[in-house]
Amino acid sequence: MAKHKTPLLDQLESGPWPSFVSDIKQEAAARAKNVKGLDYQIPADVCEDLLGILELSYKDGTTHWKHGGIVGVFGYGGGIIGRYCDKPLDFPGVAAFHTVRVAQPGGKYYTSAYLRQLMDIWDLRGSGLTNMHGSTGDIILLGTTTPQLEEIFYQLTHEMNQDLGGSGSNLRTPADCIGSSRCEYSCIDTQELCYYLTMRYQDELHRPAFPYKFKFKFDGCPNGCVCSIARSDLSFIGTWKDAIQINQAEVKAYVDGQSPAGGGSHSSRDWGKFDIQKEVIDLCPTKCMAYVNGELKIYDKECTRCMHCINVMPKALKPGKEKGVSILCGAKAPIVDGAQMGTLIRPFIAVDQTMDKQLSDFDSEDEWVEYLDEKYADITEFVELVWDYWMEEGKNRERLGELMIREGLQKFLEKTETDPMAVHVQHPRTNPYIFWKEDEVDGGWERDIEEYRKAHAR
Amino acid sequence: MALDKAEAQKVIVDQLEKKGKSKSKFYLKDFYAFFPDEKPRTVKNIVNELVGDGILEYWSSGSTTMIGLKGAGKQAGAEGED
Ligand code: HEM
Ligand code: SF4
Ligand code: SF4
Repeated sequence: MAKHKTPLLDQLESGPWPSFVSDIKQEAAARAKNVKGLDYQIPADVCEDLLGILELSYKDGTTHWKHGGIVGVFGYGGGIIGRYCDKPLDFPGVAAFHTVRVAQPGGKYYTSAYLRQLMDIWDLRGSGLTNMHGSTGDIILLGTTTPQLEEIFYQLTHEMNQDLGGSGSNLRTPADCIGSSRCEYSCIDTQELCYYLTMRYQDELHRPAFPYKFKFKFDGCPNGCVCSIARSDLSFIGTWKDAIQINQAEVKAYVDGQSPAGGGSHSSRDWGKFDIQKEVIDLCPTKCMAYVNGELKIYDKECTRCMHCINVMPKALKPGKEKGVSILCGAKAPIVDGAQMGTLIRPFIAVDQTMDKQLSDFDSEDEWVEYLDEKYADITEFVELVWDYWMEEGKNRERLGELMIREGLQKFLEKTETDPMAVHVQHPRTNPYIFWKEDEVDGGWERDIEEYRKAHAR
Repeated sequence: MALDKAEAQKVIVDQLEKKGKSKSKFYLKDFYAFFPDEKPRTVKNIVNELVGDGILEYWSSGSTTMIGLKGAGKQAGAEGED
């Protein structure tokens, strides 16, 4: 028998979708049974009370959670979010229901042993409820009490070698796609770059440093599997500068129907014979391709690296050889000024392809990190210019993208030492004025007043 | 010249106590205003050290972090964390 009657929640289970209500009920039942005989460190009926208080919120039409808290683990100013309910007597199981954010492994590579270990900690010391994963990309453990926080932190760091993620006005847990570890499209080693920046900016990750949250995300190519362009204040997207590599014989194999288009995806239906003109050339957004006399031609100068042709004919086309990252700035969810995608600020920062040493090539992690300091110096320089500007000028709770709108792109380019270029122009100007700076004008603003007075009386 | 931690601590504690009558939690940016000649990064580092020393404490909504004198305001008592 359920502890609380929840007719409003029960109704939510009737729809066609998987229901979080069913999930919580399932966990409540599992905790009540306790087949492993765990010595639960937080109330065994935490999930029952969570359902109860949610039902009450639906009935009252208002939340029964208070906002925020002072809890955390020693030395960290992020990773734990304090949650308290305002009906602790009726729902003692969720009197305190703190969230723990745990850094996910790069590319979200898990072993089942790792997941079991994580759940062993969480079943014992928390509600057993998780969110895999939060919108930031991290592991979210939902609901525990204050005394358990240090215990969980100790076990995570000492037994699982796993750190907390970011929350509050910190750098948030960086997230990346699988990159070159498994994906042939990747133009950069996303996991190396993500790990390196995570380690370099440990202080910003664990202690508040900024006016508000700040997110890094890394896509190995413009396919954007982690969607960094929409989900991060600084979006790193692998790209190339030179020509798309073409293997004409393989192009022909697609045209002749020997190779399945798109790597055989969507093959549950018969789409008819592959038509390179219709499916590739005509869909190129910049119309920079042609298939003439059995030869594929690309005018690379116009290519925007959208990946479409490469996705359709992966055996025939590959990204170029000169690789690096594009950096886009200022994406954010709504609240102020509406949702926004990142603005392309640095179209290409080269990443030296010959610098391919791995951790195992070094005697210590420190030496490897020194090597990476050099490899990614142009990137960190840019990151730090952005932060200096935002820390100085950003208002409380102002995201980078909002600051960019408030002060304008021109200012942002200046502060990040970026030369204006054609890609920064979205549409013809709407403002007729040109403001010159003194150093842009011959002779400057200064005038010799004595000299002037000789010709002009007061 | 680098900002002296002991001096900075005194300025911060004085300022927060003065404002403490009306407010117990502050944005990081409020601390920058106490030291107009210092880089935000320098001030941030000292503020975070003072949290480590138990002089200040964080309060987080989950999305934003605020900072106040340890134990100030009703939060600590209300949460049974003191
Ligand atoms: C089963 C219950 C819950 C689920 C599945 C859930 C899930 C999530 C997820 C996925 C996020 C985004 C995390 C990220 O950006 O990485 C989030 C954020 C958040 N949650 Fe929950 N949550 C739950 C309960 C609660 C409760 C009970 C509260 C308040 C008492 C709460 C308050 C918040 C807040 C304030 C944020 C935003 C933090 C930020 O801006 O970064 N959540 N939640
Ligand atoms: S973003 Fe590109 S490189 Fe990364 S997994 Fe997706 S297709 Fe592969
Ligand atoms: S990547 Fe996109 S823009 Fe470039 S040639 Fe292929 S289809 Fe055209």
